[in-house]
Amino acid sequence: MARIGVYVCHCGVNIASSIDVERVTKAAGKYHAVVVARNYAYMCSDPGQELIRKDIREHKLDRVVVAACSPRMHEVTFRKTCESAGLNAYCFEMTNIREQCSWVHENGDEATAKAVDLVFSSLSRAALLQPLTVQEVPVTPAALIIGGGIAGIQAALDIADSGFQVHLVEKTPSLGGHMARLDKTFPTLDCSACILTPKMVDVGNHSNIHLMTYAEVEKVEGFIGNYKATIRLKPRYVDMDQCTGCGLCAEECRLKDRIDSEFDSGMGKRSAVYVPFPQAVPLKYTVDEEHCLFLTRGKCGKEPACQAVCPTHAIDFSQKEKKVEVDVGTIVVATGFEPFDASRKPELAYSNYSNVITGLEFERLISASGPTGGKLIVNGREPRKVVFIQCVGSRDKNLGNEWCSRVCCMYAIKQAHLIREKVPDSRVTVLYMDLRCFGKGFEEFYDRVRSEGVIFRRAIGSEIYRKGEGLAVRCEDTFLGQAVEIEADLVVLSAGLEPGTGSIDVSKVLKLSRSADGFLMEAHPKLRPVDTATDGVYLAGCCQGPKDIPDTVAQAKAAASSALIPMIRGKVFVEPISAQVNDDICCGCRVCEAMCEYKATVFDEEKGVMTINAALCKGCGSCAGACPTGAMTIRHYTDDQIFAQVESLSRPFTDE
Amino acid sequence: MESTHVNMDETVKTRSVNDVLWSPHIIGFACNWCTYAGADLAGTSRMKYPASIRIIRLMCTGRIDPTYILKAFLEGVDGVFVGGCHPGDCHYQSGNHKAHRRIILTRKLLQQFGIEPERLRLEWISASEGARFAEIIGDFTETIRSLGPNRQKR
Ligand SMILES: Cc1cc2nc3c(=O)[nH]c(=O)nc-3n(C[C@H](O)[C@H](O)[C@H](O)COP(=O)(O)OP(=O)(O)OC[C@H]3O[C@@H](n4cnc5c(N)ncnc54)[C@H](O)[C@@H]3O)c2cc1C
Ligand code: FES
Repeated sequence: MARIGVYVCHCGVNIASSIDVERVTKAAGKYHAVVVARNYAYMCSDPGQELIRKDIREHKLDRVVVAACSPRMHEVTFRKTCESAGLNAYCFEMTNIREQCSWVHENGDEATAKAVDLVFSSLSRAALLQPLTVQEVPVTPAALIIGGGIAGIQAALDIADSGFQVHLVEKTPSLGGHMARLDKTFPTLDCSACILTPKMVDVGNHSNIHLMTYAEVEKVEGFIGNYKATIRLKPRYVDMDQCTGCGLCAEECRLKDRIDSEFDSGMGKRSAVYVPFPQAVPLKYTVDEEHCLFLTRGKCGKEPACQAVCPTHAIDFSQKEKKVEVDVGTIVVATGFEPFDASRKPELAYSNYSNVITGLEFERLISASGPTGGKLIVNGREPRKVVFIQCVGSRDKNLGNEWCSRVCCMYAIKQAHLIREKVPDSRVTVLYMDLRCFGKGFEEFYDRVRSEGVIFRRAIGSEIYRKGEGLAVRCEDTFLGQAVEIEADLVVLSAGLEPGTGSIDVSKVLKLSRSADGFLMEAHPKLRPVDTATDGVYLAGCCQGPKDIPDTVAQAKAAASSALIPMIRGKVFVEPISAQVNDDICCGCRVCEAMCEYKATVFDEEKGVMTINAALCKGCGSCAGACPTGAMTIRHYTDDQIFAQVESLSRPFTDE
Repeated sequence: MESTHVNMDETVKTRSVNDVLWSPHIIGFACNWCTYAGADLAGTSRMKYPASIRIIRLMCTGRIDPTYILKAFLEGVDGVFVGGCHPGDCHYQSGNHKAHRRIILTRKLLQQFGIEPERLRLEWISASEGARFAEIIGDFTETIRSLGPNRQKR
């Protein structure tokens, strides 16, 4: 018979305030296989763990049950405790009496009764647990990074500089992400391009970085240390090896200056063959399938102008989509954000007036490399009365966007400053709900801009309409409790940050959870901020939630170092939770074969029974759930272990 | 009938036979990646729901063999809850779809045993839907309360 030690944690008062810990311990002690039953203030503390180790040695325990927080919190901790005392990690079982009991039930008696039931369920399972051996597998010394904004760039450089291969996949034709489109950056006002471009160039030139732009990750298989990713390279219709980036093609393109430039938020124009911006990395042209006359109509004059002029004959209209497979050990997701679509707030008339623009459009407008060459010209004139409306698409329950986008206060303050710099006699008003200047140097910057004469008014902008030559903003001043009308010839909507479609796509490919706000979810909000629930997959930058550049870079460096840990170690441990066939019972019906997504079931024709390729099996149990004879089972989740729990929970403990 | 302030030993005794102090007794199967994490989040956010449910953690709802559910009902449990990832989000591609089909089948079997199929509830609850988890458990508990005790109870 098993010799079980059971330990009930008080977790300070987190458990003990609603659960009668003594009572749970006493009840557990009555289970036939229990040798010791104890409770302690903090089982996860050093003395708590020592208690377990000591008992394993002294009482020759062969199973341990800890009733405490969620196994998702501390299962790993206690497995290690058991191992350090010579007990197999899989002979440990954890009972969740905190997250799923003491914290959610108000009535102490009910919570205690439930805790006893849960402990008994664990005990009955523990008695049937089998020691398992952890497999050690080598780690492919390469990383996949998805997204080439500042987050992906930084993570790629850190990993590549450590001597590992990096495959960096960017959806658009160039690296850079949103940062490439910014003019100056708060709070220090460094020029965004000046600090970003060198990093982009480094990525482009790094011998350890394999850059794939205009590409997307289609499929990812495998597990930590051994992922295989399929990447789809969209046709550029330009031979990357031949293109020198000279730009003659774009000059000659028959659609020159006729297509809205995405980079300039539609305010500037480009050709059908283009680079998004002059500093693009790689500096290789791309033919836009959607607009190119030759690709859409099959005809572009006598001969496509770009093809005629290209000195290296790089234009190649016969290009097809390509797929490449890469093997990597770890994956960093850095797919960023998308700005809120301001037309979703029709009262702010974004779609109606060309002098109502978003913060991102403003960045292009004020940028020396932007469509106006950095001149602040709107509708042919220099604006004198500018109004900023904050929290557009943020902190807005009606839209379902409850979160604060964390950068809009600061970028509006920055932009207000830039306007006053260009047009010193302009009147700039920022209408805000709250100003959140929380970062290093942020409050000081706000103070400076306010003292420069920018007007900050606590007011909620509710409507924008035409008034005479210009616009009027109606708002509710929340200090005065009064409706006010402010005249403007330019209104900037500080549109918030939303999870982008790119992140949603990747979450589906990698099976990543998303938080209630739709951003990708970290494994733990405090202690594992860059990990995901999937081992070997990490998050960096705005895909995890809105953040500014300093925070993005810090997180990217964190994700890179997390991704490096298994790669430097060179090996990972794979959970031995996998399927297992009992030859004697298997009738060879092959029902399980259709269930397996990983092709881990292999039929042995000779013996007429199913076998399992453990390297492919992920232990989900779909096969076992379908097996009509019970021949198929999952290690650590066997039928008898689960039945024991069902039985135990069906017959609640009685204190006879 | 609510049994708010009875002591533990009493609750335990009454649960098995005595209809007077009966309160719903539910077993839940939750997948590790979504619903179990969602249930944890309900706890971290200190949401409240009835103490009627006891959860068995599995890696995926695809692991659920209908016999686990039948066993629970034959043992006298009043309700069985199955919680997995939303369609498309299963950590193992499609375990939740398999569970879905098996649950439909199991409901039919339950009917043959004379057990109301509404006693078996399948829900997709993600790791971020703590509030929804609490809500659904509250709601399911009420459903079971209105159905009364499982007649299989000896
Ligand atoms: C108007 C405005 C002004 C700002 N001003 C400042 C400022 O002054 N200072 C400051 O610190 N911060 C500022 N920010 C915030 C700053 O832009 C972000 O912190 C930063 O861009 C985040 O970088 P990222 O790499 O996480 O995301 P992104 O910049 O969004 O980059 C993500 C990249 O991933 C790519 N991608 C997306 N999906 C996929 C996919 N499925 N496959 C492959 N690639 C994909 C995208 O094409 C993009 O290149 C501002 C933001 C805005 C909107
Ligand atoms: S992992 Fe949640 S249902 Fe498959």
